[in-house]
Amino acid sequence: MTRLVEVRSRILKENDLLARGLRERFQKAGVCVISFVSSPGSGKTTFLEKLMSRLAARHHLAALVGDLATENDAARLSRACAQVRQITTGTICHLDAKMIDKALEGWRLEDLDFLFIENVGNLVCPSSYDLGEQMRVVLLSATEGEDKPLKYPTIFNTADVALITKIDLAEAAEFDREAAHRSILSVRPGMKVIEVSAKTGQGMDESETLFESLLAPA
Amino acid sequence: MHELSIALSMIEQIEEESTKHPGNVRSVQVKIGVLSGVDTEALRFAWEIAREGTDLAGAELQIESIPLLVRCPACGDTHTPEAWSILCPRCITPEQDILAGRELELVSLEIDS
Repeated sequence: MTRLVEVRSRILKENDLLARGLRERFQKAGVCVISFVSSPGSGKTTFLEKLMSRLAARHHLAALVGDLATENDAARLSRACAQVRQITTGTICHLDAKMIDKALEGWRLEDLDFLFIENVGNLVCPSSYDLGEQMRVVLLSATEGEDKPLKYPTIFNTADVALITKIDLAEAAEFDREAAHRSILSVRPGMKVIEVSAKTGQGMDESETLFESLLAPA
Repeated sequence: MHELSIALSMIEQIEEESTKHPGNVRSVQVKIGVLSGVDTEALRFAWEIAREGTDLAGAELQIESIPLLVRCPACGDTHTPEAWSILCPRCITPEQDILAGRELELVSLEIDS
């Protein structure tokens, strides 16, 4: 006899539950958690390095950095803040809630204002995994195609803010800024977009203000 | 490619379910939305690898692909957008609610007993 058994559950149920638990923990501890996703080489680490060195004077910061291999990015970020942990994922192309949970071991979240999570450089896989973050930021650099959001709609659609990085190179790379804004807004209408350059400092004040606005009033 | 992780999560859930309903799993029904971030062909491929050595060797994977369905907040019209422009074709308002297309769901199992 053949029976049909209804299951009706999210395939990533376990990750979603863990992420929900993390989100509650972050909220209770009063730490603002922001994750960053982009393709490799879009400037996540450089942006974070600059951002964190600006925020470090006024806030307690920590960062988790995902990479397939090497600890180079963590070493770079630790110049800007003391608490940085590298998550080396081996062959896995994304971070998941379990990795975050494990990487936080021993950290006192209550002492932190911001926790930044730099995901593995990848525009596809990270989109399916909730990490318990309060805000997901997607980066697109001026040296990439303006139509990247149209090619990777899921990640842009699941993010809250888009940063167009390396904007100082826009002219040299013949980057069509209007087309880039258009393609971001067509996959995620109303999305906040900031053009930034870690080199010239453009957009850094605006980014800083945006992230600080997420902090719970003291 | 994270479809292997997805396939492994599926198998874990199916094995958990099948302890409650003893028998042979004949087929597995899943819903995958076009905006879920999962590629159905890659998932089929990963499924073949992930189920090796499990009791699901004979189970057929049936994938229902769910198209994007959005609702316009201004005129209430629902439609499936062409390409990736989420603008209402009736009144050209952006910011539409996504009603369907994000599914990543294990729907049911067919079990022979």
